Amino acid sequence: MAQLIAAQQVLENTWTEQPLEEDGNAGPFVAPSTPTLYPLAFWRAHREAIIASAQAGALPLGLLLQPDDAVEEIAADLPHLALIAINFPKFVDGRGYSSAALLRQRYGYHGELRAVGDVLHDQLFYLRRVGFDSYALKDGKSTAYAIAHGFTTFTEPYQASTDQPLPHFRRQP
Amino acid sequence: MYRYNELDSQLVNQRVAQFRDQVRRWQAGELSDDEFRPLRLQNGLYIQRHAPMFRVAVPYGTLNSEQLRRLAHIGRTYDRGYGHFTTRHNLQFNWPKIEDVPDILAELAEVQLHAIQTSGNCIRNITTDAFAGVAADEIIDPRPLAEILRQWSTFHPEFAFLPRKFKFAISGTAEDRAITWFHDIGLQLKVVNGETGFTVIVGGGLGRTPIRGEVVREFLPWQHLLTYSTAILRVYNRFGRRDNAYKARIKILVQALGIEAFRAQVDAEWAHEKDSPHTITQAEYDRIAAHFAPPAYAPAEPANFPDDPAFARWRARCTHPHKVPGYTAVTLSLKRHGVAPGDITSDQMDVVADLADRYSFGELRVSHEQNVILTDVRECDLHALWLSARDAGLATPNIGLLTSIICCPGGDFCDLANAKSIPIANAIQQRFDDLDYLFDIGEIDLNISGCMNACSHHHVGHIGVLGVDRKDKEFYQVTLGGRQGNDAQLGKVIGPAFPAEEMPEVVEQIISVYLAERHADERFLDTFDRIGIDPFKNKVYAGRAHGRSKSQEAA
Repeated sequence: MAQLIAAQQVLENTWTEQPLEEDGNAGPFVAPSTPTLYPLAFWRAHREAIIASAQAGALPLGLLLQPDDAVEEIAADLPHLALIAINFPKFVDGRGYSSAALLRQRYGYHGELRAVGDVLHDQLFYLRRVGFDSYALKDGKSTAYAIAHGFTTFTEPYQASTDQPLPHFRRQP
Repeated sequence: MYRYNELDSQLVNQRVAQFRDQVRRWQAGELSDDEFRPLRLQNGLYIQRHAPMFRVAVPYGTLNSEQLRRLAHIGRTYDRGYGHFTTRHNLQFNWPKIEDVPDILAELAEVQLHAIQTSGNCIRNITTDAFAGVAADEIIDPRPLAEILRQWSTFHPEFAFLPRKFKFAISGTAEDRAITWFHDIGLQLKVVNGETGFTVIVGGGLGRTPIRGEVVREFLPWQHLLTYSTAILRVYNRFGRRDNAYKARIKILVQALGIEAFRAQVDAEWAHEKDSPHTITQAEYDRIAAHFAPPAYAPAEPANFPDDPAFARWRARCTHPHKVPGYTAVTLSLKRHGVAPGDITSDQMDVVADLADRYSFGELRVSHEQNVILTDVRECDLHALWLSARDAGLATPNIGLLTSIICCPGGDFCDLANAKSIPIANAIQQRFDDLDYLFDIGEIDLNISGCMNACSHHHVGHIGVLGVDRKDKEFYQVTLGGRQGNDAQLGKVIGPAFPAEEMPEVVEQIISVYLAERHADERFLDTFDRIGIDPFKNKVYAGRAHGRSKSQEAA
């Protein structure tokens, strides 16, 4: 995974991604020894086994969502999840912003929410606002510059979002 | 008009700093062209045929004299001494340098202007009736709600990367002058049982696939504007197509689902959002509306107009009914024959700013028909205003007439264009240069687009002209009977396209059918509706090789 930023610092990624078969289907489940991110197709196929195995091994559980994965489908699973990674295949594909907003605002997800894929400096501000709290910045981009400038582009936004539940017109004295 | 508070200024200033940094990183190679493109587009900056094109927002068409003088200054300093008003309340500069754009943005910010979201796949500038606040047939002034929408949509974190661009239009008058049936969301303000709200129209649009919008909600109380818009935008952001840019507008999603299923999805989403903190408070409405309080109108004074036919002509075409006795709204025509429609020189901008200060409380509007409007002129000042406007080339008495052509920049400037549009407009203006003839023909909208993106809304022109490219030659397809307003509809294609040099004659032939067939008091559109398209088709194609066979001859 690219360069991970969270809590204003560069962190080591400790998660492994569960691959799918070449045809996009879930292969057999093998209990992992490290924290693992499961694609939704794999989760669907092995949900019970994954949960049981994680509990047995005291390992945190994560899901990797694609832009067209419906967050409604995993709403009931959120208590099991320590990490949800949302993939941005291209940074101009904005579906992940709605997925994040729904997970945080509607379904009350409090675990780590990570933006992965084509994650660039100039989207960090919006990503943070809708509820992401870790960011796999694309390789070759400056993490130092991102930490220093990427999250503070605008001090006071107009709208409510995950980071600010009230629109500005309700925050005025 | 709306004046910035500290928050508004801070956001716009931070936007300038952000874009300056983005340009710097792009120049340093830290941002690739592909990474930079959406960022510059969301600041109105295109890379065009000859030079960059830079689009400044004129939110819901309102400007003051100080802002217009600054635009004049920018035109002189960074461009070639002119600008171009578009059909969506924007001013475009055609020749700026990319590296100057951060400085231009800083100059704009000083007078509370910006280029935020004037392009790109995001929520664009909100448009409305250029006569908002003064129109005699106004029910509700749309400007406060347009400003509330502007603020909500500015840097909206969830909706910055939509499948495609997204345009709102709001109308508050009995007769729709904002083309609400042909926007992604069209809002028609109304009062029902003493309650103010909107009819919400969704999924309209022109462009490649022209579609009249459909009513998604018959009546939405105004307090719910932002939460309901959130529901629509969220459904669109999640489920709109992203595999094909030509099928990515919300109209395609609405058509694919059907309005019933689309409405069900929006309602399901809205059930969660309704009554959330984005519900607009009366206090917020009042705070914004206070900016649009009427100016200190003077009591009506009798106006004694000189017996001057030229002035009378101008007054007949270029003034409009006002809700306050003794006042009128004045259109300064940017459709002078021989000039690109919508173009205005920096010197003219200064003149308009002076006229606004002297005669109209220092404010002005831009219309989607690409003209400038002084909304609050005393009738007793009209003659003096006309003399000054005439000297500046701003008093062509052709508003609503054939030569007040709505026209995009076309192939002379725009990278998307298939064909030139300005030379066609100018050739038609030249053909109909006789004012008596023009007045006799009467009210007619002629719209010319240089490609199917339809920036000049040719589908809703009474006569619509669309430039097409065929085997590297420019041809023009003609539609008849399109219209804006409450009964907005798309024009019908008359037949095969024509080469450029035939266009003035084609228009003349269309007009000749109308003149021969019309009943007394019938406008072009009335005659067209009565006799249908066939008489026009027969006349235009009689003895003419059709466009296709003609192009085969040429090939």
